[in-house]
Amino acid sequence: MSTSSDTTRRPAPRAASASESAHGTRLTLRDATLGRPDAPVVTGVGLDIAPGEILTVVGSSGCGKSTLLRTLAGLLPLLAGEITQDGRPLTGPGADRALVFQEDALLPWRTLRANVELPLAVKGLPRAERRAQAGTWLDRVGLADRAGHLPHRVSGGQRQRAQLARALAGAPRAVLMDEPFGALDAQTRAGMQDLLVEVLRGTGATVVFVTHDVDEALFLGDRVALLGGGRLTAVRDVPRPRDRSAHDNPARLALRRDVLSSLGT
Amino acid sequence: MAAGRRPFPRRPLPKAGRYALRAASPAAALGVWQLLTSLDIDLWLRFSQFPTVADVARAFAERLSGPDYWTDLTDSLTRILTGFLLAAVLGVATGVLVARSRLAEDLLGPVLEVIRPVPAIALVPVAILLFPSNEQGIVFITCTAAFFPVLVSTRHAVRALTPVWEEAVLTMGGGRWRILASVVLPGALPGIFGGLSVGIGVSWICVISAEMISGQYGVGYRTWQDYTVVNYAGVFVGMVTIGVLGWLTSTAVELLGRRLTRWLPRTSYDTGGRPRSARVAVTAVTAGAPGTPATTPKTEEARDEHLV
Repeated sequence: MSTSSDTTRRPAPRAASASESAHGTRLTLRDATLGRPDAPVVTGVGLDIAPGEILTVVGSSGCGKSTLLRTLAGLLPLLAGEITQDGRPLTGPGADRALVFQEDALLPWRTLRANVELPLAVKGLPRAERRAQAGTWLDRVGLADRAGHLPHRVSGGQRQRAQLARALAGAPRAVLMDEPFGALDAQTRAGMQDLLVEVLRGTGATVVFVTHDVDEALFLGDRVALLGGGRLTAVRDVPRPRDRSAHDNPARLALRRDVLSSLGT
Repeated sequence: MAAGRRPFPRRPLPKAGRYALRAASPAAALGVWQLLTSLDIDLWLRFSQFPTVADVARAFAERLSGPDYWTDLTDSLTRILTGFLLAAVLGVATGVLVARSRLAEDLLGPVLEVIRPVPAIALVPVAILLFPSNEQGIVFITCTAAFFPVLVSTRHAVRALTPVWEEAVLTMGGGRWRILASVVLPGALPGIFGGLSVGIGVSWICVISAEMISGQYGVGYRTWQDYTVVNYAGVFVGMVTIGVLGWLTSTAVELLGRRLTRWLPRTSYDTGGRPRSARVAVTAVTAGAPGTPATTPKTEEARDEHLV
């Protein structure tokens, strides 16, 4: 595969200051085998995710994207190899790595506000503080007027925005997103991508974003990882990430062609 | 909208109409009873010895003015509420334990499965052997009767929980107790209340039977006493009392359940025979003024609550 001249430069325009990038976490997999004990899905994975980076993961369905994410979250133990967080072995789930699911992961008996307050309650924050912080996050994702609604009373896009607020409210050092916009229509989806970029600004969190949409992967990611055939086939740098005007940039178009053809085989 | 197609498939009865219908059905039953007994109908089924509605009403009025009736009532209610509440706590706790822990399932499962088919009322000898007083024995039997429906429905409800909810709380750093309090118990609540509704029913069956066998005071004891002295009207007073008490307590359980699981999206319930205009109004409000719509579903709910 051809590597563009951008490859050597690690693009990190999001982590504007040193203190912000210090907030993100480094996640490293070495020669890892992932899957359920009786059914390994991906083998020989070597991946180093830098603090504050957005890594998108693409691949056809069933190729182990979700497995990779659950392993990073600490929900699935490794079958072989090594996984570390900032150099220390990663042993289980924790509040520093939040997970955003495709859909229906909000607790249906809690209002949107109460859902966003949940990670803060787990942290042991006093009620007034929880309420204030949850209100701020709901406001940032544009749900201030829906705060008192139950999840099934709002639209799918609004539910995903609430999930995003819930994940970020706990101030995690990594946000792991499992096709969070996969069930939304194209227009809502583009809006959600912009919103994601917007709310991530200033958090400095490392993001691993799984999607089956190549354009989404190329728009959001600093780097894009390709999964297929039970292996991690490539990790490519994306030129001018999170820049809507770059969609016809020649380097981006070449990368898009590469990614699509490698997914096709 | 196309002409000739009716926008509302079925015109629901107005509220007053539904109440009238609900009142008419027991009234008709009483009417048939009165007719059969006062005419001394003897067609294979023999109604000639049967007390008439008027007899029963007279006996009821006499009972109400005497002191024993209220003692019986409070005794029976105390027994059933104690037994039922114990069963609810124990049943939910055991159900969650068995569903969440393989060790608990292996340890408790076989014992529970062997005891479960034994009818609670067959435990009367056990209760007499175990407990120093009849009172405790009756509570024990009532509790055992309600325990199993609660246990089984809790176990099923906990096993059926969506795994994503638990994973979400795990990745917030939540531990075992947080998951229990924030995911397992609220998520299993609809199923648990199914078990509680069944449980309160079998509790009544068992408390009355146990009182008949071994009690002193209580509605069941009184009913059996009346039978032994051939006071048939008194027997029917007892039956009516049991019926009304059973209805009131199961309605209370039902209402509490509905209140606590108000978050459930009740679509099938919505489209039943209820005024469709109410739903249209709800969606209109939701679309129009985002701050207020929470109040509308409440009145919707409230309207149905007296029609349990």
